[in-house]
Amino acid sequence: MQNVETYNDRVVRQFTIATIVWGIVGMAVGVLIAAQLAWPALNFDIPWLTYSRLRPLHTNAVIFAFGGCGLFATSYYVVQRTCQARLFGDRLAAFTFWGWQAVIVLAAITLPLGYTQSKEYAELIWPIDVLIAAVWVVYAIVFFGTIVKRRVKHIYVANWFFGAFILAVAVLHIVNSLAIPVTLTDSYPIYSGAVDAMVQWWYGHNAVGFFLTAGFLGIMYYYIPKQAQRPIYSYRLSVVHFWALIAVYMWAGPHHLHYTALPDWAQSLGMVFSLILLAPSWGGMINGIMTLSGAWHKLRTDPILKFLIVSLSFYGMSTFEGPMMSIKTVNSLSHYTDWTIGHVHAGALGWVAFITIGAVYSMLPKLFGAERMHSTRAIDLHFWIATIGVVLYIAAMWIAGVMQGLMWRATNPDGTLTYTFIESLRQTYPYYVTRALGGLLFLAGMLVMAWNAWKTCLPRRTLPVVAVPLPVHA
Amino acid sequence: MSAFWSWFIILLVVVNIVGLVALLFATARRRGGDGAGSATTGHVWDGDLEELNNPLPRWWFGLFVLTVVFAIGYLVLYPGMGNFAGRLGWTSGAAAADELREANAKLETLYAGFRGRSLDALAQDPKAVKIGRNVFANTCAACHGSDARGAVGYPNLVDDDALYGSDGETMLASVMRGRHGVMPPLAATLPDGGVDEVAHYVMSLSGRPHDARLAALGQPRFETICAACHGKDGKGNHALGAPNLTDDIWLHGGGDVAAVRAAITDGRSGTMPAWASVLGEDRARLAVAWLLSQNPQRAGAPSAAPAAGAQ
Repeated sequence: MQNVETYNDRVVRQFTIATIVWGIVGMAVGVLIAAQLAWPALNFDIPWLTYSRLRPLHTNAVIFAFGGCGLFATSYYVVQRTCQARLFGDRLAAFTFWGWQAVIVLAAITLPLGYTQSKEYAELIWPIDVLIAAVWVVYAIVFFGTIVKRRVKHIYVANWFFGAFILAVAVLHIVNSLAIPVTLTDSYPIYSGAVDAMVQWWYGHNAVGFFLTAGFLGIMYYYIPKQAQRPIYSYRLSVVHFWALIAVYMWAGPHHLHYTALPDWAQSLGMVFSLILLAPSWGGMINGIMTLSGAWHKLRTDPILKFLIVSLSFYGMSTFEGPMMSIKTVNSLSHYTDWTIGHVHAGALGWVAFITIGAVYSMLPKLFGAERMHSTRAIDLHFWIATIGVVLYIAAMWIAGVMQGLMWRATNPDGTLTYTFIESLRQTYPYYVTRALGGLLFLAGMLVMAWNAWKTCLPRRTLPVVAVPLPVHA
Repeated sequence: MSAFWSWFIILLVVVNIVGLVALLFATARRRGGDGAGSATTGHVWDGDLEELNNPLPRWWFGLFVLTVVFAIGYLVLYPGMGNFAGRLGWTSGAAAADELREANAKLETLYAGFRGRSLDALAQDPKAVKIGRNVFANTCAACHGSDARGAVGYPNLVDDDALYGSDGETMLASVMRGRHGVMPPLAATLPDGGVDEVAHYVMSLSGRPHDARLAALGQPRFETICAACHGKDGKGNHALGAPNLTDDIWLHGGGDVAAVRAAITDGRSGTMPAWASVLGEDRARLAVAWLLSQNPQRAGAPSAAPAAGAQ
């Protein structure tokens, strides 16, 4: 008998643990900078701890370290099981893990030291950008290599989304980061002026669209039907919303640059395509939530399913809010206010983190050969702490944002502004405190998760080796 | 943009929207077996993953069509399709210019009523003072504070001391053209403990705690070097913006000997930007009028005008 092929779960385990660790680190930095906005003395007059340096550290850590490791873990887990094939290239897969960890550590060192190329969500300096590109290309080889050697004829819908995410992020990262290096830490972007801004937000919004949406829809399409043990609601819906989503997201970037030097035609196109994006986004939500029809009772007993389903509610909410905020009239009120921060966190905490947490709870016991997580009640506790945290956070930022927008635009009959900036800041203070509390609750939930994962994994002396099953239709 | 890029954009937009609509309608077509509900596509992954093939929800289909219809309508009316200006001929630049013109026309009538009146007269006019307060809150409060009492390095504008003179016209000149106050570093000209001696002498001028022996040694040095700007008696010089050192009012550091020592050693440089191009004379005059009204020492000035930004 030939050697039985097994799944490469080693790299999945590594990425899964890294997801939890970096989640805690990134969110802890988030809580610190949220607290700094309410109590500025918390930077202790230490340059490395100032808001300006820790804010990019927070965003990079939660998006690329927490979210990124979550995407690596789940996509590697899902692509093997839905292709019924071992991950292509064991060494390449190992390189993506260690390479990505190196990126994260380098980011955690350079950002507090003040090294940045000043592009939002693309702050890392050029040598790290080169490493990211290398890791990403290898990631694509591993992922698509596995697709190529699949033993199942049809490519599962989750893999469409993972595939689109991997390809698009490669293009976005490379095009936006093109720069001419002058020293090891400094470089000049090859674009200038409004073109530079447009390329940046084409990247920035598609980082949301492909990294934080398409990738996590891939997670949704595997873990929800698995956890609910129900078939996906509609294949047709997944086809139309997949193609519409990836085609339309590419246009939405200009809505970050309303009422700027960007030409009017580009602003208009950014706005109308952002509106068209509503239905394709909701297609994913409908497909996920309707998958639960006939199994709603499971929500009462399965907190993992609660995480997964509530993530879709937040997804639906923030993808409704996004198109609304891209309407120029609404944007003139919301832009530059904390409303934007609230919107981002409805998506980042409510959708991205919730679906990731649900997926980790779902696969962690399987990866370590346990029947279930050590404590189901702790998962439930995590769910409620996190939910209250998100709601506090986004409600505080909505109120603060709308209030700031109204205060900033109020004028007196003599043409002067009714409120000075400092007055709007003073009015925002209680909401900054509330937001910090919401973030703290969310972080506390992650600590509960870490404890639960520790208790689940630690007693396992031998890690399971799962054989690739023979395909149903050989 | 060139015709090529204009057509390139139009083509991309049209292909994208037409493609979306075609995909949507093709997928939305009902097929035999729809509504039966339980039939999967027949594919199975990972043991138990299956897909149903339910028809698209009608409300979702309607929503999708609605957004596309809105988009097409918007792109007909507003700029978006390359060089096509849109049926309304709207541009953000023209819209902003229109709003500005409209606002300026209104403000012109408002501000015209205050022209040709002296600053002191304006300071007694509650309407002028109210507008001046708003202008100050918008523009000046960031440095001087909403009550105009300043901060370290930023002069208090309502006390009895003024670097360049406290009459309205001088203050207006400061607002319109800005100021640059410079104290040169003098450590090199005051060797052998001279900095310390002069610092203690300066402390003594306003009766602050000081070392009498050092102050006595400092006096001749002050009178030969510092007196050039601050005067032999230390009462300053408005023409140069040199502060009065005898009134116990301090711009940098509240009468602390260390701050004076630092000023002598390293010098000071303070900048007030010129606001003529931002505010214009009408608004600048009203801001100064509000300042004058805030100084209780000024005879006849209404003293009850509220502080800027106070709500």
